[in-house]
Amino acid sequence: MTTSRAQQRSLALNLLIWVFVVVWLILAAFPFFWTLWGSFKVELDFFSITDWTDALFGPRTEASYGRPFTGAGYEGAWVQEEFWKAVINTSIVCVSVVCISLTFGTLGGYALSRSGYRYTFWLLIIALIFRALPQITLVSGYLQPFFAWNLWGILPTTIIVLVAINQPFTLWMLHSFFTKIPMELDESAKVDGCTQFQAFRYVIIPVMWPGVITTGLFSFLLAYNDFAVAAMLLQEESRTMVPAIAAFLGTTQTEGNVMFAVAAVVSATAPLFVMVLFFQRQIVSGLTAGAVKG
Amino acid sequence: MKHRTFFWFFLPSGLAMFLFIFLPILSVISQSLFTPHDAVLVTVENCGPFGCTEETTVDQEATEALRSDQPLGQWAGLGIYLDRGHLAINEVRQLWQTAPSWGSFFDRLGNLPFYRAMGFTLTYTFIVTPLTILAGLAIALAVNTLSSWLKGLVIFFSLLPFIVPPLIGSLILFWMIDARGVVGSFIQWAASDPGLSLKASTGLTWITLMVYGVWHSAPFAFVIFYAGLQTLPQDTLESAVIDGASRWQRIRYVVVPHLMPLVTFVALIQLMDNFRVFEPIIGFSASAHARSLSWAIFNDLGGETRLLSSAAATSVLTIICVAILLSPVLVRTWRDFNGKT
Amino acid sequence: MKHMKFALLTSVAAAAFGTAAFADGHASCEIAEGRVSIVGNEFPAIQTVGAGAQACASDSVEVRTNLTADHQQINVAGMTGNPAEYTSAIVANSSIVALMNEDVIRPLDDLVAKFGGGLKKNQLITVGGKVMAVAFMANAQHLVYRADVLEQVGVEAPKTYEDMLAAAKKIREAGIMENPVGGAYAAGWNLAQEFNNMYIGYGGQFFKDGSAEVSINNEAGVNTLNMMKALSEYMNPDFLTHDSNATNAEFRAGNVALMNMWGSRAATMTDAEGVSDDVKNGFAIAGPMTVGGGNTPATTLWWDGWTVAKNISDADAEATFKALTAAIDPSILADEEVSKQAVWLLDGYQPTAAAEGVFAAANAGSTPYPMLPYQGLLHTALGAELTDFMQGNESAEQALADVEAAYTAAAKENGFLQ
Repeated sequence: MTTSRAQQRSLALNLLIWVFVVVWLILAAFPFFWTLWGSFKVELDFFSITDWTDALFGPRTEASYGRPFTGAGYEGAWVQEEFWKAVINTSIVCVSVVCISLTFGTLGGYALSRSGYRYTFWLLIIALIFRALPQITLVSGYLQPFFAWNLWGILPTTIIVLVAINQPFTLWMLHSFFTKIPMELDESAKVDGCTQFQAFRYVIIPVMWPGVITTGLFSFLLAYNDFAVAAMLLQEESRTMVPAIAAFLGTTQTEGNVMFAVAAVVSATAPLFVMVLFFQRQIVSGLTAGAVKG
Repeated sequence: MKHRTFFWFFLPSGLAMFLFIFLPILSVISQSLFTPHDAVLVTVENCGPFGCTEETTVDQEATEALRSDQPLGQWAGLGIYLDRGHLAINEVRQLWQTAPSWGSFFDRLGNLPFYRAMGFTLTYTFIVTPLTILAGLAIALAVNTLSSWLKGLVIFFSLLPFIVPPLIGSLILFWMIDARGVVGSFIQWAASDPGLSLKASTGLTWITLMVYGVWHSAPFAFVIFYAGLQTLPQDTLESAVIDGASRWQRIRYVVVPHLMPLVTFVALIQLMDNFRVFEPIIGFSASAHARSLSWAIFNDLGGETRLLSSAAATSVLTIICVAILLSPVLVRTWRDFNGKT
Repeated sequence: MKHMKFALLTSVAAAAFGTAAFADGHASCEIAEGRVSIVGNEFPAIQTVGAGAQACASDSVEVRTNLTADHQQINVAGMTGNPAEYTSAIVANSSIVALMNEDVIRPLDDLVAKFGGGLKKNQLITVGGKVMAVAFMANAQHLVYRADVLEQVGVEAPKTYEDMLAAAKKIREAGIMENPVGGAYAAGWNLAQEFNNMYIGYGGQFFKDGSAEVSINNEAGVNTLNMMKALSEYMNPDFLTHDSNATNAEFRAGNVALMNMWGSRAATMTDAEGVSDDVKNGFAIAGPMTVGGGNTPATTLWWDGWTVAKNISDADAEATFKALTAAIDPSILADEEVSKQAVWLLDGYQPTAAAEGVFAAANAGSTPYPMLPYQGLLHTALGAELTDFMQGNESAEQALADVEAAYTAAAKENGFLQ
């Protein structure tokens, strides 16, 4: 990268930036590392109800297992409670939601960006208002009809509901990306005799990836993080990770397995770590690369 | 684009939203206007493992007759919207007439569930949204100056607060901020007050929730702004340097205007999400101190006897409030749109 | 009433006839065909019952279970359709009300007469003479304490809440613990439940006789709140965020010496890893306490049981009834793990040491949690409106008036009040 004059910085400013980045990284990552460390302790140490240093050194873990670390939480979550089933369900949900959301969203977002009629504006606004409905209301409204039509409890229902809930955001995001792709590109293709769809297929799709990747990232996280929808619409055996983790926590009258939950939280973040490392180039270049011209 | 072509392009997305969002909204609206029938109560003897007691129960046959006459329920009109759980018209009027001063009026207004929830929700929204945008912008500007091999790593760790599911992220932090947890102990040490507990006071709970809110959504703003920064026209920046603009002036007059559409977008999404704040209140067990509109809905739906009409009315009020809240941004978008065509 | 309590106890000790016929319970479901689909909470005892029902599955009998903490959110919706998705919901005395209000469960009298020979009379939950559910386990909140700590300060296990306060004061003054009292006072369901307990202990009536009109803004209500406030002075300052999970953790960590805790959690109290020997050895259970000189213990009795859906075919109802009857056959108690899971209401159940608190509660004339159609609404209102008082922001009278107003609005909406 060439250093232009605009990017030259004084030492003081560099220092400031570094301090800021480091502070931010600590804020962002510390809770995660703390949890990672604590996931190898017993519950009383992790909660550190006696003293916060317990979570660091694990005296009670040592008393129980003879060493300050234990994999009991992981064993309980993965072997005893079969957390892997939830992982499989989550993978199915996430991949499907991302693919369907992006397919619907690119088509719709592209159309909204290329049609100059006024209704496109209102469609965008309505989509936005749709997004304002609190999710719990939405979900409790689904129960009756889904039970009546035997759609309740299965993964496809949850997937399509998540796609629909995610659509307003996807449309807005992709709409703004498409508006930045110059109209001339597909207009000239149409002049050359392409249909609108062909213009979309051969001209727009090749240059739209940066926007699609960024939007896909958010779709993925929505599906991955969702609790409200999955907890209410999935039955026990098709549960995804977040409701499964919540189920480890127990209820008022019965004991939970908090350390199973903690181990599961860490396990749930691990694939994301791998994924981000794997897609890092794509994500960074997706965010960086040129198609979105200002 | 022709209407026909537009229709086919938009169909999948539109259909999904129509079926799973628009129709439910209609049913929510209708639910908020109807209430369950009057229950016909009878006193019967109930017996179980612990003996027998005289208790009332619903006379199903008598109630069933009422139900089949009007399957939707009793028409309540705006009755639910105006009752104590919502706009509380009568209670507010009475307060207005009896309250000796403005202070005591607002104080007692906060005792009504809807206004209490509104108080927290608005405060939360208007503090967290700007802070999120500022934090996201600052992180994006800082990360943008790093060398490229560091960027990937920093981006990943920056995303962590956003990646961890809110319910679980707030639970983890809830354990950490306990008076005996690592963050709680640190704050006690920093404030040199060994009795300090973030969970025991209303003010500190609000601050905790808001800090959590910013922490959780700053990465979202960061990613969007970072993407926008990549498209910053270098020539404009160069010419600003040549014109002798200081670093701050360049940010103020070149970078921020360039990012403005994205700021609008992030503001729109954040206003809406913050207005629906819910999961942190559950995760932090904060409902004694802070209640939002979404929490009120949850509370109506979570009890042993569910208050469907009440939850529906609160939902509709939420939608209306969001629409009002977003209207300045929408007007702006409308102008942009008209300018474009 | 006394008679029924007695029945509970004798049945535990005596092995009644009829058990032998069902000795190999799981194998003898004797269901020809049908569909069984159960929704319920997910704690271990219910998992056992669910697994027992699933053992009845065969080529012609489909058995499915969906055991989840969110069962209350879905059971009404899942039983409303015709045919209903769920043929049975496992409920407690608080949650059966929602199913009866919506009229989605059927009376079981004919099924009991035909196939319920192995069930004891006190397992049958009758409403107005009709059997609506079959109970299989009991629960109650009662005192859990640290015998070693009480011994140190020289007091007996408290019999009343006043004693508890005095003991707490001594423990604090002796410098043993800063906050010796534990309590599940988390805002919401838990806090409301503690109010219910204490209010019953003070002899309060929740409603005017035979109507849905609430009346808690009275002397008993104010006394209740003042007692709760006094107790909270000896609790961790974060008490409004402590549910029973957090309270248990406090006890295990040795920070708490006295608390009112669920019997269902007593058995595993000191099982957790890392509990110190002091806590393990000092752990003791006693019956529920009384308050304000009253005779009724300040606690409520609970049962868990199963129901059968209304909107299903008679064949499915029969299959469901048989499968669940087999699942709670007394023979399941042969497994020691199973018999520890709950205070079972089954023939031949030998109460473990951990169950004595629940038994003491039943013996002392405790009140069952009211099975009223509108009790849940009051519970929700209490959980939301009492927090201001507990934080010292408003008077007891104001808090109770708020509860009454919130409840009245909710009861009007649901048609219980006109």
